[in-house]
Amino acid sequence: MISFTPTEEQQMLIDAVRRYSANEVRPVAHDSDENCGFPDKVIRTGWALGILPGNIPEALGGFGDAHSAVTGALAYEELAYGDLSLALHLMAPALVAVPLMLDGTPDQRAEFMDLFLDETPPPVTAALIEPRINFDPARPQTTAAAENGHFRLNGRKVYVPLAEGAEWILVYAWNAGAERVDAFFVRGDAPGLAVGPRERLMGVRALPTYPVTLEDVQVEAAYRLGGEAGADFARLMAHSRVALAALAVGVMRGALDYAIDYAKQREQFGAPIATRQAIAFMLAECAIEVDAARLMAWEAAWKLDQGQDATRESVLAKTYADQAAVMVADSAVQTLGGYGYIREYPVERWLRNARGFAAFDGLAMV
Amino acid sequence: MPISFEIPERIQQNLQMTEALATGIMRPEARALDENEHQRPETFIKMTWPVNREQQKRALDRLAKGAAGEAPRREGPGIRMLDMIYTFEMLSWGDVGQMLCMPTALLAGAAIEAVGTPEQQERFLRRYAEGDAPVWGAMAMTEPGAGSDTSAIQTTAVLDEATNEWVLNGEKIFCTNGKLALDESNGLVVVWATVDRSAGRAGMKPFVVEAGTPGVTVEKVEIKHGIRASDTASIVFRDARIPYDNILGSPEVRQRDTTEGFKGAMATFDASRPLIAASAIGVGRAALEFVKEKLAAEGITIPYGEPVHARTAVQRDVLEMEAQLKAAWLLTLRAASLVDHGQTNNLEASMAKTKAGKVVTWVTQKAVEILGPLGYSREWLVEKWMRDAKINDIYEGTGQINTLIVARRILGYSSRELR
Repeated sequence: MISFTPTEEQQMLIDAVRRYSANEVRPVAHDSDENCGFPDKVIRTGWALGILPGNIPEALGGFGDAHSAVTGALAYEELAYGDLSLALHLMAPALVAVPLMLDGTPDQRAEFMDLFLDETPPPVTAALIEPRINFDPARPQTTAAAENGHFRLNGRKVYVPLAEGAEWILVYAWNAGAERVDAFFVRGDAPGLAVGPRERLMGVRALPTYPVTLEDVQVEAAYRLGGEAGADFARLMAHSRVALAALAVGVMRGALDYAIDYAKQREQFGAPIATRQAIAFMLAECAIEVDAARLMAWEAAWKLDQGQDATRESVLAKTYADQAAVMVADSAVQTLGGYGYIREYPVERWLRNARGFAAFDGLAMV
Repeated sequence: MPISFEIPERIQQNLQMTEALATGIMRPEARALDENEHQRPETFIKMTWPVNREQQKRALDRLAKGAAGEAPRREGPGIRMLDMIYTFEMLSWGDVGQMLCMPTALLAGAAIEAVGTPEQQERFLRRYAEGDAPVWGAMAMTEPGAGSDTSAIQTTAVLDEATNEWVLNGEKIFCTNGKLALDESNGLVVVWATVDRSAGRAGMKPFVVEAGTPGVTVEKVEIKHGIRASDTASIVFRDARIPYDNILGSPEVRQRDTTEGFKGAMATFDASRPLIAASAIGVGRAALEFVKEKLAAEGITIPYGEPVHARTAVQRDVLEMEAQLKAAWLLTLRAASLVDHGQTNNLEASMAKTKAGKVVTWVTQKAVEILGPLGYSREWLVEKWMRDAKINDIYEGTGQINTLIVARRILGYSSRELR
């Protein structure tokens, strides 16, 4: 049956996250962007919403029925509506939890799963992106060489959120022996692993990200995600694309709502600018793109929840959302004209954030 | 019902039959019907009439039952919207020109079902539920001077109290299936006319004009850029007399509580726009699939999982075509699904229609471009699909009019506040 209505539980989650975004996140979003970080209190309050534990099945110790990408997508949109940096920061533990749920061995789940049920966010993160203009997640240059009983990791990663002080980093590397991408649970203080100085990005400035270098870092074979069988990397990437697409929808919906309110208040030539087709049509086209991007993210998420291959759907959804987010955020800036360019107004921040999605593969996981 | 994209089993089964019709009957005839404009798709009509007839029969019976059992008046379309958009998409994938010639009451039927009395439904729609000869229905709104601005229509309906008849005068154009309904079958046309020109929209009323009514003539059929198999008629009314009871809804003007009829019939657009969007997407999918097939024959496939830097310009175009079509389709699915759930979909219907019209226009133009000299040739159907696709950005409200509707809805403006 085709339906577009969230379940009652999902709607409660949406409402809770929406309230949090409006009451806790938005009021501090501007300053957090300027000061390069959200107050701890906001992060703790957000974690207490239980978005991640609620999406971990009871069988694995969580509070949910089953892990659901659809549920995750619904929550992520609301989070990003509040602020994208906050959303990426708050959900960084999912970069480990989701792969663990999908591909972890029983031993790995036993060791790590409890981390995500704590009252405070666990200090774990993941490292996938590398510093190359033509980076391909499926062909990382970071290598994992199998040696007796362990792997030796070498390479350079960037965009690793919350890497400083992280106890565990899930590192993706090319396993030449198996001709595949594998992920490894690496201790934050492992010899040979170095976290560089905090990165300076165009947007998501409130999200602390770091470069991480690995020089002959030894990882026990048991800490390869999924053990001998490894992980279904293509599926993980689909989960990531869905997460990012949903976040992009949140960003663009935020920009559109703001632009609509502004256009109805701002008067020029004796009438609100929203009463002119030049503005009204731009906003209408944005509204269509927001809804289209959301439906595409939902469809890909639904396919994942059905256990089907969602490569095609997730790629189309993510590609679409990447472009739509920039188009909508840009239109919002345009609606505000000169004010749109001023940092006191949020739309320029949303434009900076929106452009990031094209570079964010693997930076969120649902 | 949680969020789901599962296509119901019954639709999947129907689609198999529809696809067989599209592949076996429509595609082979498509080129010839395009080259010989105004020739009728006889085989398609013969094949679809019995199916539509039985469907209309079931719908009529259901409406009758609803009326007898004092069930809620607004039953909505007899057949589920979701089923219809899948059918429209697939038939249009076969050939949209032929699809439009499907013998059915269609828009006229939707208006009659939405606002007609049980007596009217029986009197007007029974003909679509019986007999061996196909019957068509049509909706006549547009006039030479009234396109997007429907409130500017000049066709008049004056009540002759002596005979208790409405007397219609005026000219309607761009009436899909007008000739089939009036000249080539025992059909009918729902004609919008004003009973009071000074009253604007409130004076506009829909009237049922049956085939054979004296004073009603189909003056010409248009010669078009695309959808050449489709019948696009101009109809002139010269003192055409119809019974008083052929008005749909109330004849009263200007009373707030009697605009029900107008609103109800306008609501047929909320149903027809997702259908047109679905039809558009069928054409777009035909073009996209054809392009992918021809590219594959040259060893060019579409690598979804590969990074953007590894894509050629053509692969990038095809991915964009796919993404845009999917976006339009999902918006259409949502607009249709809302109808079936008895929810309003005015905003969503216009969103779907705007997006689909724009997308398929672009997708089919791109398809011709990608296929180079062969794409431009009339040997293949791509150039025809490009011509056919363009109508979707125009009829049932141009892309701009539907964008205006979306804009008004999201901004909370009336048609006076945002013109």
